[in-house]
Amino acid sequence: MERPGRTGQRLVAVFTAGVILLNYPILFLFARPVSAAGVPILYLYVFGAWTALIAALAYVIERSRE
Amino acid sequence: MLERSVIVLASFSYLGVLFAIARYGDKRAEAGRSIIANPYIYALSLAVYCSTWTFYGSVGRAASSGIGFLPVYLGPTLMVALWWYVWRKVIRISKTYRITSIADFVASRYGKSQALGGLVTVIAVLGIIPYISLQLKAISQSFTILLHHPALVMPAQAAERPFFQDSALYIAMMLAAFTILFGTRHLDATERHEGLVAAIAFESVVKLLAFLAVGAFVTYVVYDGVGDIFARAQHDPRLRGLLTVPPSPASYGTWAFVTVLSMLSIMFLPRQFQISVVENVDEGHLGKAIWLFPLYLLLINLFVLPLALGGLMLFAGRGVDADTFVLTLPMSLNRDGLALFAFLGGLSAGTGMVIVETIALSTMVCNDLVMPVLLRQRWLRLNERRDLSGLLIAIRRLAIAAILILGYIYFRAAGEAYALVAIGLISFAAVAQFAPAILGGIYWKGGTRAGAMSGLVAGFAVWAYTLALPSFAKSGWLPRAFLTDGLFGIALLRPLELFGLTGLDEISHALFWSLLANVALYVGVSLAGRPAVAERNQAALFVDVFLHTHGVDRSRTWRGSASVQELLALTGRFLGPERAHEGFLAYARRRGLPDPRALVADADLVHFAETLLAGAIGSASARVMVASTVQEEPPTLDEVMDILDEASQVRAYSHQLELKSRELLEATAELRAANLRLQELDRMKDDFMSTVTHELRTPLTSIRSFSEILLDNPGIDAAERGRFLAIIVKETQRLSRLINQVLDLSKIEAGSAEWHAAEVDVEDVVREAVDSTSQLFREQGVAVAVSATAGVPAVRADRDRLMQVMINLLSNAVKYCPRGEGYVEVRVAAVADGVRVDVRDNGPGIAREDQETIFEKFRRVGDTVGPRPPGSGLGLPISRRIVEHFGGRLWVDSEPGRGAIFSFVLPLDRGAEPGREEAQAAG
Repeated sequence: MERPGRTGQRLVAVFTAGVILLNYPILFLFARPVSAAGVPILYLYVFGAWTALIAALAYVIERSRE
Repeated sequence: MLERSVIVLASFSYLGVLFAIARYGDKRAEAGRSIIANPYIYALSLAVYCSTWTFYGSVGRAASSGIGFLPVYLGPTLMVALWWYVWRKVIRISKTYRITSIADFVASRYGKSQALGGLVTVIAVLGIIPYISLQLKAISQSFTILLHHPALVMPAQAAERPFFQDSALYIAMMLAAFTILFGTRHLDATERHEGLVAAIAFESVVKLLAFLAVGAFVTYVVYDGVGDIFARAQHDPRLRGLLTVPPSPASYGTWAFVTVLSMLSIMFLPRQFQISVVENVDEGHLGKAIWLFPLYLLLINLFVLPLALGGLMLFAGRGVDADTFVLTLPMSLNRDGLALFAFLGGLSAGTGMVIVETIALSTMVCNDLVMPVLLRQRWLRLNERRDLSGLLIAIRRLAIAAILILGYIYFRAAGEAYALVAIGLISFAAVAQFAPAILGGIYWKGGTRAGAMSGLVAGFAVWAYTLALPSFAKSGWLPRAFLTDGLFGIALLRPLELFGLTGLDEISHALFWSLLANVALYVGVSLAGRPAVAERNQAALFVDVFLHTHGVDRSRTWRGSASVQELLALTGRFLGPERAHEGFLAYARRRGLPDPRALVADADLVHFAETLLAGAIGSASARVMVASTVQEEPPTLDEVMDILDEASQVRAYSHQLELKSRELLEATAELRAANLRLQELDRMKDDFMSTVTHELRTPLTSIRSFSEILLDNPGIDAAERGRFLAIIVKETQRLSRLINQVLDLSKIEAGSAEWHAAEVDVEDVVREAVDSTSQLFREQGVAVAVSATAGVPAVRADRDRLMQVMINLLSNAVKYCPRGEGYVEVRVAAVADGVRVDVRDNGPGIAREDQETIFEKFRRVGDTVGPRPPGSGLGLPISRRIVEHFGGRLWVDSEPGRGAIFSFVLPLDRGAEPGREEAQAAG
């Protein structure tokens, strides 16, 4: 197993990225009446960023277990 | 199809299934084959976070504020990433010190303070009651709606009915009964409920599947996918506003505040603490949960917006409460089976939350509120009762019932004025008050009890003033003027616009002011005061938990006396005698003892009993109870400081550093000395080598020259030849003697010589040596005499070596005696410390300055002048080493012209004393 210190730091990095991505002002960039495939891009963006965060968390955690 | 009986039957069957799962889980746990010991169950049980608020309320929230329902789930997603550090630490602390609730945690951290534990309990209970009423409201709503099937009747009139016709009351009672059955069947020292966790995980699966089923049905069957719903909503002018975040700063503020609020709630809601910390089986499960739990949150939120928009479009103008869409959508589309599934999903969300929350709260109420008070009432004589475990269970059951009744009362009082999510956020803001005391407590040693106390009181007071009281005012239980004009008509004290702060929504406003007051007082009061000894102690144990987990030396902070029997009896009173005995037995076995009675009542055992008790009655009460049994002297401030204070650690380190550097200096000095000695030895070796080669060359040279003469002159006459050959033989003998002695000396010096120690009669040896050298004496015309005092004891030595010494001394004496009139006298006498032998001659004597050099190798007196005396020059050094080997000493006493006396003393070996010898032989 990799040193837990590294995993913790990576998780903090994901956390920081999440805080920035899912708050003003980044959020503001997507709060406009534009749709993609019928869905407003704000929703697409929030759920997309959320999914990406979870994927990053999973990657960091599972990598530390190998 | 959806008769009342079907609904009731389905509900009870569902609860029956839950109960069966719980029983199975408990059985497996007892058998040691836990079904919850894996990260998937752990992550699923964490989803107890998603209550009816999520199940029904999210859609309602989305219907009014669009994407604003999401921060409540984004917060936990972000927070769990930090759990790797934060929650791992909390779990470790809780497991190490057997902490069973938030109240216990806070009380324990700040010096096992009962007052603080009680305060946290009160805040938690009062703060959570709106949340429980939310569940009652949601379940009763869904029940009422389903009962009126197929008509869509909103249950807004429920509060107007007399309470005995109110389904919420019966639901509350049923939940109380169910929780009591679930959570308080027996008392466990760890407060862990494996079966319960299994049931909660199952409920998480049910509610997720139910929600996804309804969502998928509405999205893909009723509408043509997500894009279709959004596209239609775009054309509806009333819905268009929902599709973007209104670009006002306030909405982003609310977004951020609610994110922070939910980040705190995922940790400090009593049920989350219960599931994630107390019920945690293995710290390692945290890892996978860090991404599995957010994934669950994402899945359960996927269809919220489609459901909200779809419902709004389908029910346009029909007055259907958006909080009920999950249920009413399938109903209105005549999908009875799906509606029932949705109802069961909502039921599972509600029951899961209520069960875990009330169990967690009842533990706190019992351990941190009721028991400390009861134990202080001397007239109850609780201290004399043998078994209090029944009482503990009874208190918990009462507490569960009381909490649910309070929830019902709040529901009747204020429930209808708010949507589901708004009620839930009130509770979130209440538990957020624990954040400074707990997070500060695990990272900052400086936080004190007074600081935590004042922070909590202030934060809770502000919360009550800005959130709880307004909720009563809005329901008409308090005059509305309180809201519009402020307390006593002072506009600055308007609860929703405190000090004139406007522009924030209710929750953000309350969260800001309450956390500000809380943190400010926590930090301020902590810094202003001084922590007590017990607080410092606990602070260090909590903050440095990863250091202390591996063996705390308790004996250093604990001085007292206790008896094992008393501790066992005390523990037995709260846990029941059998469980206490089992616990002590297990403890004894870990120490390799067969029986608890064999245990020593030391600091570790007292600590063990205290943690065992802490599981049942909370750490603060456990401390009080143990202190009543054990005669303890509190550690002095100095002792605690010495052991735990950072400063003292630094001091200890620098002290160690000093010691080390001193040792280093000493080592350097030793090294230098050793080096000098080495150089000296090296020089001596060189000298020795050159001397040896010189000594060897002399006989070799004469052997060679005489051999060459014989070789070159074959005609040499027989007599001459005989004389030359005699010289050659003599020189060869000398050479081999020299080599033997060199070898002998080097053997002695290297310590590899063979010694055969035995009882030796010195006088005997002396006479034998004189006998064997008598030929020499005769040749030189030297007289020799031996005298010995009577009763010379035997010494322990090597007879042959001793003989060698004597022969050396004797031949040495002969060498220097004048021919013809030489006289050597040998005396053997017993002295105080052994046997002394003197060899006296009447030779020329030795000058004082030469008296030590003669014991060096190859040194002879008169080396430089006159003819070389025969002999190798190694006799005396060898003799001295032999005598020293037996612990004696050899020296010379002489004045020039008056002969010399070589003397040596051999010590009496203790083993050589006759009495001792016999005793040893006998033994």
